Amino acid sequence: MNKENTIQKNSNVSKKKKRKKGEFSQAVKRLSKRKSAIIGFVIIILLILLAIFADVIYDYEEDIIKQNISERLISPCAEHPFGTDELGRDILARIIYGTRISLFIGITANLISMVIGSIFGIIAGYWGKKSDMIVMRLMDVFLAIPGLLLAIAIVAALGTSTRNLIIALSISGIPPYARVMRGAILTVRDVEYIEAARAIGARHSTIILGHILPNCMAPVIVNATLYIAAVIAATAGLSFLGLGIQAPMPEWGAMLSTGRTYIRQYSYMTLFPGVAIMITILAFNLLGDGLRDAFDPRQK
Amino acid sequence: MMPLIQDKSNNESSKDEGIKINMEKNNNKQKDLTLEMKDLVVEYHTDEEIIHALNGLELFIERGKTLGLVGETGAGKTTAALSIMQLIASPPGVIKKGSIFLNKENILQKSKAEMGKIRGKDVSMIFQDPMTALNPVITIEKQIAEVINHHSGCGEKKAILEAGKMMELVGIPSNRGVEYPHQFSGGMRQRVVIAMALACNPKLLIADEPTTALDVTIQAQVLEMMKNLKESYGTSMLMITHDLGIVAETCDTVSIIYAGRIVEHGTLEDIFEKTLHPYTEGLFNSLPNMEKRDVPLKPIKGLMSDPANLPSGCSFCPRCNYAKEICNTEKPKRIYSNETHFVECHLYNGNNIADGTVINQ
Amino acid sequence: MNKQETILEVNNLKKYFQTPLGPLHAVDDVSFTLKRGKTLGVVGESGCGKSTMGRTILRLLEPTSGEVIFEGNDLSKLNKEEIRKKRRELQIVFQDPFSSLNPRKTVSQTIMEPLRIHRIEKNKRQRQEKVREIMEVVGLADRLWDTYPHELDGGRRQRIGIARALALNPKFIVCDEPVSALDVSIQAQILNLMKELQKKMGLTYMFITHDLSVVNYFSDDIAVMYLGKIVEMAPAEVLFTNPVHPYTQALLSAIPIPNIKKKKERILLKGEITSPIAPKPICRFCNRCRNVIDRCSSEEPQLIEIEKKHYVSCFLTE
Repeated sequence: MNKENTIQKNSNVSKKKKRKKGEFSQAVKRLSKRKSAIIGFVIIILLILLAIFADVIYDYEEDIIKQNISERLISPCAEHPFGTDELGRDILARIIYGTRISLFIGITANLISMVIGSIFGIIAGYWGKKSDMIVMRLMDVFLAIPGLLLAIAIVAALGTSTRNLIIALSISGIPPYARVMRGAILTVRDVEYIEAARAIGARHSTIILGHILPNCMAPVIVNATLYIAAVIAATAGLSFLGLGIQAPMPEWGAMLSTGRTYIRQYSYMTLFPGVAIMITILAFNLLGDGLRDAFDPRQK
Repeated sequence: MMPLIQDKSNNESSKDEGIKINMEKNNNKQKDLTLEMKDLVVEYHTDEEIIHALNGLELFIERGKTLGLVGETGAGKTTAALSIMQLIASPPGVIKKGSIFLNKENILQKSKAEMGKIRGKDVSMIFQDPMTALNPVITIEKQIAEVINHHSGCGEKKAILEAGKMMELVGIPSNRGVEYPHQFSGGMRQRVVIAMALACNPKLLIADEPTTALDVTIQAQVLEMMKNLKESYGTSMLMITHDLGIVAETCDTVSIIYAGRIVEHGTLEDIFEKTLHPYTEGLFNSLPNMEKRDVPLKPIKGLMSDPANLPSGCSFCPRCNYAKEICNTEKPKRIYSNETHFVECHLYNGNNIADGTVINQ
Repeated sequence: MNKQETILEVNNLKKYFQTPLGPLHAVDDVSFTLKRGKTLGVVGESGCGKSTMGRTILRLLEPTSGEVIFEGNDLSKLNKEEIRKKRRELQIVFQDPFSSLNPRKTVSQTIMEPLRIHRIEKNKRQRQEKVREIMEVVGLADRLWDTYPHELDGGRRQRIGIARALALNPKFIVCDEPVSALDVSIQAQILNLMKELQKKMGLTYMFITHDLSVVNYFSDDIAVMYLGKIVEMAPAEVLFTNPVHPYTQALLSAIPIPNIKKKKERILLKGEITSPIAPKPICRFCNRCRNVIDRCSSEEPQLIEIEKKHYVSCFLTE
């Protein structure tokens, strides 16, 4: 009787298999139906390509930082589509090179806070009780200070450099990650398959790495895309205040800051870096929103 | 009631369903039917596929009687209930054809506003999970009163008084009306839901697995209460369940649903004593026998067909132990064994339907 | 193998949960023995502590006190590493075939995991071979190897759960409502499978359920639980033909029977099960009981053997 069963079932399953695969690919599929998310995704890919090939298009010494007083403050024209700045450097070149810096800082800071924040989140969420209380109160202390203020304080204390900027931005990103991860773990921790894993004698490490984390990644990924945008904005903000990337490196926020002096006569100097910041952040936010919807189980 | 032999005598061949259906239709006209659903086809259209949820479903309930709708998960039981309530989400749901007459009015032709008045007043529904049917932040007497006020427009104060009476009726002291749903146990919540459903004295009550979430002793209490209420109000009821035990205790007639069609229908005696369809037989054989412990279970082999991909012949054919050549290719037609009992199965024809010996050997 | 050999002995097992209102006596002083190759059915309503008892025996929950002697070893005295190793012999099948499987693991990964954890076969190929074997035993086709649980129906998911439990060749399996989430026709398939496996592999089951007709079909002995206590325990046929405790009687009479000829008298219980938080030392059923006497609300009845292998905890039998 069993054999008959299975034969019949097989035909059923093979059909189904073509339609559905993992939960993840289903999410990707739902994502692909959202135009705004696709736009965001395409822009991000373009930005990443620009960042990678910035070196090929431009020579850092020659095109990005070399001053050329004879060509200073040229309004957008055929040769300089975005014009030149007060030191005669091509703004388009500097913006493209700036992509590299912004994305690098955004992704690195984000990864650091993701790893550390997730570890805190796992400790709090998985073991619960006392460790939960200690970790989450610690996170609350961090959360109580506005992220940008904390970053300013850290940079001011450690001195301005790219490394310190990354450290500062990573630290303020830890508490949100810890919260998100803890929340995700709490929803998974008491599901029966975790108990089933304990029942077959799995160790804590196996349970966390094999069962809990794979089922907790969705909200973390969403948080990551949104937080990258926040880091890029914060980088620009800090640079604008003179606490971030130092001249002559082409950073969007710093460019905005210099352009401010000339805003009446040469508004393009502020316009283009501003638009660059806006588009990048918008792209990440669009993708993040799309991902959040795509992972939302209620959409199924 | 006419004796079952009556229409057999002159119809030898098995091609006389048309006549019988006509006869049966006439019959229905004479009867006082609360619900008459005919040839209802409902599909769910998703991006990848079309799910054929109901494929020509027919249900009828006489006034004051209870119809049991029995079938497995995915057979279309809930879709049938939601069609009557006109609560099928669209998209993806599409009612392709058919008619649903509630008190002799075709509700498929009603506007949304008209339907809003009918729901709750003429037909109401009890869901399986009482917690999701209640609003957690409103006291229960207000929730019941809201239904009453909505349909009668008697004002909130009067409605709350009325709600208190309803609560007493379902066995909840009315002074508990100021409490919130979470303060009630599962059985009590289901009583609240029943009170809400009965608040406007509907002609038809649809109960979608009303006791599945409850314990046996509580289930017994709730079923008993529903039976009494139904009797005193003369409400017709559609009892959706998979538990044949509940059917035996609460229903007058039974429809067995498989893959969106009624495969067998009859009175309690017809279904329990003179089982015709192999699927119905399978359902009975899957139940442990309470008297004889040693009787092994004989489950139905395999699984329900994928409703997106139904077989071209009889839907039950892949799981049927009696399947013949014809079952694979042709949909079986309806055939009556007596005035109340019909089956859709190729095993039966005009010759053997009367004695129904094909499966009960 | 000696048929009458005791495999599991539970003595005065207690599991209390701390709640803001006081200790909740989920399992309160439960004792029984179980013979190898037999099935003990545990019935009761939701909240009676039957699932907690199963998990406490397996030490998925730490017992508050009492001993669980499995083949001569007291499980409650083993340390964490020892109990982890012992899990090879003690397994559990869960109620909900949807939440008990990791949605991101394929069928084969799920069944292979216990083998990997306990390093049962030497290399991957042998393990795969073993997984194939188990899948065949429980009636899962080879084609399902790489499918994910959400692609399968409840019956087949439950087969995966059973396969995962069987992978370690256990001696004792706690079945926590393994069929209550399934359709009747599928339910019968799974029950038959489990019975067949018991015969083939000499398994001992503890079968927890609220469905009395299933427990009657499946068990040798039945224990009826009410608010953390066993109120009646007897061989299945004795319990069903001669229930003594008023709760058992009410429970049995409440089952809807799919038979229109046999209408039986129904005992309707008043009220509902309450939560056993800091219970008084009186009969826990006395507020719902129809045969209540004065003594019930002043003293706590003990489980007494009224005839051979038939235990009841009720003053009326004394």
